Amino acid sequence: MATVTNEPVSRQIRVPPSPEGLSAERIAYLESLVVQARRAAAAFTQYTQEEVDRIVKPMVVAGLEQAQNLARLAVEETGLGVLEDKALKNMVATEFVYNYVKDKKTVGAIREFPERGIVEVAEPIGVIFSLTPITNPTSTVLFKCIMAIKTRNAAIFSPHPNAWRCCFEAVRIMYETALEHGAPEGVFTCLESHGLQENAYLMKHKDIGLIDATGGPGVVKAAYSSGKPALGVGPGNTPVYLEKTADLNMAVVDIITSKTFDNGTICASEQTVVMDDEIFDQAVKKFVDLGAHLCNESETKLLERAVIDPGTGFMQPVAVGQKATDIAHRAGIAVKPKTKLLIAQIEGVGREHPLSVEKLFPVLSVYRAKSVDEALKVCVDVNHAGGVGHTAVVFSRDDEVVRRFSEVINAGRIIVNSPGSIGAFGGVYNDMVPTFSFGCGTGGGNSTTDNVNVYHYLNIKRVARRTQAHMWFRVPNQIYFNMNAVENLRRLQSKSTIIITNPGMEQIGYVDVVRRQLLPEALVHVCVIPDAEPEVKTILQGVEALNYYKADQIIALGGGSVIDAAKIMKLKYESPDADLEELAAPFMDIRKRVVEYPTEKVHRARLIAISTTSGTGSEVTPFAVLSDKERGRKVTLADYSLTPDVAIVDPQFVMSMPKGLTADTGIDCLTHALEAAVSIYASPYTDSNAMQAIRLVFKYLPIAYERPNDEEARCMMHNAACIAAIAFSNAAVGVNHALAHAFGARFGVAHGRANALMLPHVIAFNASVPSKFMPSPNQRGYIAHKKYATIAELLGLGGSTVEEKVKRLIVATEQLLDQLAIPRSIAELGISKEQFELAMPDLAKNAFDDPSWRSNPRMPLVSELVELFWIAYRGRGAAESTADLHQQTA
Amino acid sequence: MSTIAMFVKIDGKRVAEGLQEAQSKLNSSSEAVLDFTSVLRVQPKDLAALEELVQVAEDRGIKIELNGVNVGIYKVLKLAQLASRFAFRA
Repeated sequence: MATVTNEPVSRQIRVPPSPEGLSAERIAYLESLVVQARRAAAAFTQYTQEEVDRIVKPMVVAGLEQAQNLARLAVEETGLGVLEDKALKNMVATEFVYNYVKDKKTVGAIREFPERGIVEVAEPIGVIFSLTPITNPTSTVLFKCIMAIKTRNAAIFSPHPNAWRCCFEAVRIMYETALEHGAPEGVFTCLESHGLQENAYLMKHKDIGLIDATGGPGVVKAAYSSGKPALGVGPGNTPVYLEKTADLNMAVVDIITSKTFDNGTICASEQTVVMDDEIFDQAVKKFVDLGAHLCNESETKLLERAVIDPGTGFMQPVAVGQKATDIAHRAGIAVKPKTKLLIAQIEGVGREHPLSVEKLFPVLSVYRAKSVDEALKVCVDVNHAGGVGHTAVVFSRDDEVVRRFSEVINAGRIIVNSPGSIGAFGGVYNDMVPTFSFGCGTGGGNSTTDNVNVYHYLNIKRVARRTQAHMWFRVPNQIYFNMNAVENLRRLQSKSTIIITNPGMEQIGYVDVVRRQLLPEALVHVCVIPDAEPEVKTILQGVEALNYYKADQIIALGGGSVIDAAKIMKLKYESPDADLEELAAPFMDIRKRVVEYPTEKVHRARLIAISTTSGTGSEVTPFAVLSDKERGRKVTLADYSLTPDVAIVDPQFVMSMPKGLTADTGIDCLTHALEAAVSIYASPYTDSNAMQAIRLVFKYLPIAYERPNDEEARCMMHNAACIAAIAFSNAAVGVNHALAHAFGARFGVAHGRANALMLPHVIAFNASVPSKFMPSPNQRGYIAHKKYATIAELLGLGGSTVEEKVKRLIVATEQLLDQLAIPRSIAELGISKEQFELAMPDLAKNAFDDPSWRSNPRMPLVSELVELFWIAYRGRGAAESTADLHQQTA
Repeated sequence: MSTIAMFVKIDGKRVAEGLQEAQSKLNSSSEAVLDFTSVLRVQPKDLAALEELVQVAEDRGIKIELNGVNVGIYKVLKLAQLASRFAFRA
């Protein structure tokens, strides 16, 4: 064993006033122990796994060789327990523990999860202050020494004062063996004598990394109260349910084996056996046949007085670890000479039933239960009478009984059809981790319910590599496009079709155009809804029609509102129980959101969307907006199950769009594409669509605006709207939409126009150095400005640097807006500065509440949203206001 | 005023002994450089010797610089609460 005589160490110790009342010499001694352990722990960090394992194995062998000697020392010194059993415990503490730890990695990378990009790396704790009990003294020391070496920690032992000599000898054997095989000097030390003051001092010492306290409640409480990380093992009071289907022969032998093992000193041993009425007498007879003594009523009273302290209600220390015959003699009960166990029947649990508490000696309480429920309740009572979190045992062949028992009992170890004490050790009767420290969870005032093992002696560092989030690209099954694409309806079988549309479509004959393409065998009905954002009552009326006609095909003919209405009608038709309010719950990442859209379908209907505007792209998006007039708000639904099955992008339905609508919807389409292009969810798949849509808008929108009858321009703008929608359906939009939603709703400005007022300024905003970056695991660095530069290149705008290209894109966007005669400032709409100022708090709040910006590359501060609103109010000059633009060359 | 620096190369196989020898020579210099480039690992007795040496040096106002300490040993010195008492040179 390491001794503490190192002169320099002692000399440098500064002795503070000791709150524990220790002398200066005593403090110097304790400090020297810590310094020695600290040096050993520091040096130990340099060891490899192979070096550690080369030390552990001979320690285990030494422990096995000394198992009997140490057991004898323990029995002689403590006067508790059984030599043979203590020897067995020493062997379990070495051999069984070794069998568990020998192949475990405890140095460097100990576990790898390549699919998650995570590696766990071991970091030793340093110096462990280890308190060991009187009941399992040497086995606990052997166990903790092996754990400490396996994890490259140093340990200072403080054994129970009545088990000091045997523990000191166990530490010495472990230390000398470890040292011989290369362990750092000073890795184990043992307090020369035990005192509460010394323990208190070390428990609070700054260089103690962990307290591992196995012992009575006082020691454990002191450990947890020290302010240091601690592993403490609480007391037990193991209930056993012996249920009527159990194998009685096995159960009775197991219980006797366990309860008499080391004279019942193991805290996991059985305390009260609750038996079903049907088997009670038979089971008790078996106990008696195998060497137990059943106490009669008067003997039970004598036993209570002998082993339970009437003042505290707890067991008498003098009885702990004593033989059954000695206890009987002390109580004045006549028993046979070879009596192994004293059994006493109890009628309940609590202070009025003294034998219902923990008894670390071979005295077992039994209880007769009239039903499973009663048995479980009594087991719960026993569990809560001092044993919460520790151990419980059930004997039953009925899995349902085992399940119910494990649900109602709070125990870190629920041992099934095997002995409690030896079963709780792990590795003998079951595959639990071998241990000599039973974590009892919060119920027992402990930090873990585990069988304490090497992983509790390590700081486990997690090396988390950047992972690439799974992305997606989802589009409708079928998209038919170009002039007269509506003819493709003929390919689609249907027996009952409902056309959802609005009055305008009927008036200009578009409904008839669609009807003519439907197969003659289909029954066709038309459901005309108002030309406005759909309301709940509109949806419910539509669903009634779908149900009445047993529709198998829904055709939505109209703008975004009609298509949105049809999406929601389909949802409610197929899944009548769908709760729209619940489905509209906010989310941040569609893959991780809380609500789930229904997958169970009562009906199935194909949804075909035919768009009559070139902007929203609702025919291919997974979104639908519902107006909840009763509550004065909009409800946005988003799920890929809302995406229409078939999209028909036929320009014949947009040839008559008025100029203003052409301009507004066209800019809406451009905004979708530009925002999708720089979104944090952008991918090569969405980029290809976004870029193409932008190119088509810049080329064809001015033509469609100036020459509404130009079929090619109308066709390309219709395609552009659909392609841009495919991009933003998968990459989402950004801060432009957040601003436009808030502004449009407040001042009644059309969505596309509201977008247009913000667009040049948002490009400048996103292309500048962000004051706050948006977390974006899929992107390597900030790339929004480079994306804009790429778009400028695609449009052939020229420029040699990223900054120049971005400026040219802004100018080109402004020129396009001018060509479309779109107002270039909010002020131009006739909104006064005072009105705008008054609205600003709400505008900023609503824009920040809007989920759109959460995919924006730059996280907007509320103050920046306010600034953007004011820039848009004044209008123009976006290209000139970009002094902060990224300066990189392309 | 010029300073007289002592330079001692520490043998990786006898670190504690090397440090004790260095300590005995501390009198003749106001600064000492201990070369650890051949030291791959330190043991508790080496840490004890280092602590003793630095204590003596501090008592005499002598600055100790450790040269070529590998990162493993640097961490050991940190854990042993010695690192702050030395200057380090790569």
